[in-house]
Amino acid sequence: MATLSVSRLYKRFGSVEVLKGIELEAGTGEFIALVGPSGCGKSTLLAMIAGLETVSEGEIRIDGTLVNSVAPKDRDIAMVFQSYALYPTMTARQNITFGMESRRVPKAEMDAAVKRVSALLQIEPLLNRKPGQLSGGQRQRVAMGRALVRDPKLFLFDEPLSNLDAKLRVDMRTEIKKLHQRVGKTTIYVTHDQIEAMTLASRIAVMHQGSIQQFDEPQVVYDRPANMFVAGFMGSPSMNFIPGELTKTDGAPAVTIALEGGETATLSLAQMPAFRPADGKVVLGVRPEHLFRFTENLKAQKPALAKLAAPVEVVEPTGAETHAVLKIGEREILGRFDPDHAPRLGELMPLGIDMSHACLFDPSTQSFIPQAAA
Amino acid sequence: MRAAATNALVPGDAVRKRSRGRDLIASWTPRLVIAPSAIASFIYVFAFTLWTLYLSLSNSTLLPTYQLVGLKPYFELWSNRRWEIAYGNLFFFSAFYVVLTLAIGLGLAIAIDQRVKGEALWRTIFLYPLAVSFVVTGSVWNWLYGPDAGIEFFVRSLGWENFTFRPTTNKDLAIYTIVATGIWQASGFAMALFLAGLRSVDPDLIKAAQIDGAGPARIYRKVILPSIAPIFLAVAVVLLQFAIKTFDLVVALTHGGPGIATTFPANYVYDLMFQRGQIAIGAAAAIMMLLALAVVLLPYALWTVWRSRRTAGAHG
Repeated sequence: MATLSVSRLYKRFGSVEVLKGIELEAGTGEFIALVGPSGCGKSTLLAMIAGLETVSEGEIRIDGTLVNSVAPKDRDIAMVFQSYALYPTMTARQNITFGMESRRVPKAEMDAAVKRVSALLQIEPLLNRKPGQLSGGQRQRVAMGRALVRDPKLFLFDEPLSNLDAKLRVDMRTEIKKLHQRVGKTTIYVTHDQIEAMTLASRIAVMHQGSIQQFDEPQVVYDRPANMFVAGFMGSPSMNFIPGELTKTDGAPAVTIALEGGETATLSLAQMPAFRPADGKVVLGVRPEHLFRFTENLKAQKPALAKLAAPVEVVEPTGAETHAVLKIGEREILGRFDPDHAPRLGELMPLGIDMSHACLFDPSTQSFIPQAAA
Repeated sequence: MRAAATNALVPGDAVRKRSRGRDLIASWTPRLVIAPSAIASFIYVFAFTLWTLYLSLSNSTLLPTYQLVGLKPYFELWSNRRWEIAYGNLFFFSAFYVVLTLAIGLGLAIAIDQRVKGEALWRTIFLYPLAVSFVVTGSVWNWLYGPDAGIEFFVRSLGWENFTFRPTTNKDLAIYTIVATGIWQASGFAMALFLAGLRSVDPDLIKAAQIDGAGPARIYRKVILPSIAPIFLAVAVVLLQFAIKTFDLVVALTHGGPGIATTFPANYVYDLMFQRGQIAIGAAAAIMMLLALAVVLLPYALWTVWRSRRTAGAHG
């Protein structure tokens, strides 16, 4: 069992700083997802953990041992690549045993390992085929077999599902989760897909422009995003941002937002914000699923429901739910509604916002405004 | 109503006719475009091959005649010591030329693949010999091997007065000069193709092999080179047919000499046909060269077909 700790890690290519002071740690058996848009440096970070890229500054420790200048093969890691990187001229079995052959593992031990892994991944019938004769999902399994057979300290995944079609991707995601639960290896998983990160990880590191924006449990990242980037990146469709001003209504904290035609709406906040930005300006962040058709019944169930009227611009039924674009002042916001209570095109909809899930951001720093301690 | 219905059919028919005409044009255009070169290569390759085959069984001398005499020209050809040397040279040259060119080309490609500085410059330097015609290559190396201006002259001018290096005048060494010169010319070509192959290997494969604990030698041997195996074969086949057609290099470098030591089949064919008026025997020699080519190319063609069938079968 193994831990990983990365501290003050920098990577520079010439004058370009790709990673800027990364701090990351994974406890034994943890599943860490590195998520971010392309170019955020997540794959570079993974390659540095693997030893495939040199470290410009900072430390990488595996099990407490500094590995900055240790060769990839001596780090006791296994990696699954986006392209699978199966050796095209070898059979699946040879692919799986290549690493053990390089390390001169005895034949009997090798056979036993292949047997164990191929049973685990259900690839026994494929062992004598070459990668060209396997489907995408099968290649993915063989690639995981090659990683698993080593019994490494760390598992590294570099966007392993992005080459699969949508349905297979969901299946393989579940498989990876099951596999991790069974094997319990410390895992670092790079993805640009926030849903993969949410479903798989025990903790998520959201990266942007070479630094980690937030490193926390998935639900925390989702509910209390550290800044507007994280808020916008995690969740699909993404969070709505409505500019407003901190005010008071009946002595309780509230946000006043502009509506069409110079009107305003004042929405009571569920909790007191910890601080007030200098000019009182804030950005209200509301996730699409926290928008409802306002009814008195619902208000009774959700006391934090704030009401305003919003014209409906676009309605997009998806079957399970109906997405609708509503207009609040100059802004368009997107909501996910129950099809039974869906907005109708052209309607001026009585909109309910569940303020107990709303977030506040400071527009000058873009960072999250936490609640005041109760 | 009826009239209207009939009328309505007419434009439909016109459309159908027009589209049939368009189909016809569409299906014939590619054939017409290919036809001239297909006809030309048919005449150039098959018709002349068959004609040569026919002549090789005739009693033609200075001019082609069409009286068949069976395999007589072949017996005459094989009873000639010069032809034996030529055919022997061909096999000796081909084997060394192809194997060493592959080896040196691969070595250069791997060396350049190590991200050396000034890679483009090295690549160009090694590739340039291929841009030079065989005659020029032969002439230049003839000077280099010769005593008056070449390597011997240079070393002597440095002070080693007794240094002797005249391989082209030695009947046992002359063939090696042709091999060496051929390699000098072609190894850059092999290098360029190998380098392209090495660069086309998915970098993730190499990373995966590094993590798997394989050293550089093992990565090249087990991962990279096997995946560019088809390039090996393609380069080898191209080199082999270069080797079998060798003509101008020999003419410029040794004139087939000293004596007849470096005669090649192509030189001999030219000699018989256009210098000595022995068209039947020359044609027989040409057919023997074709056989040598077939020995190389047929298995390759069969292998390619077999391989594409096998991969198709695996997918089906």
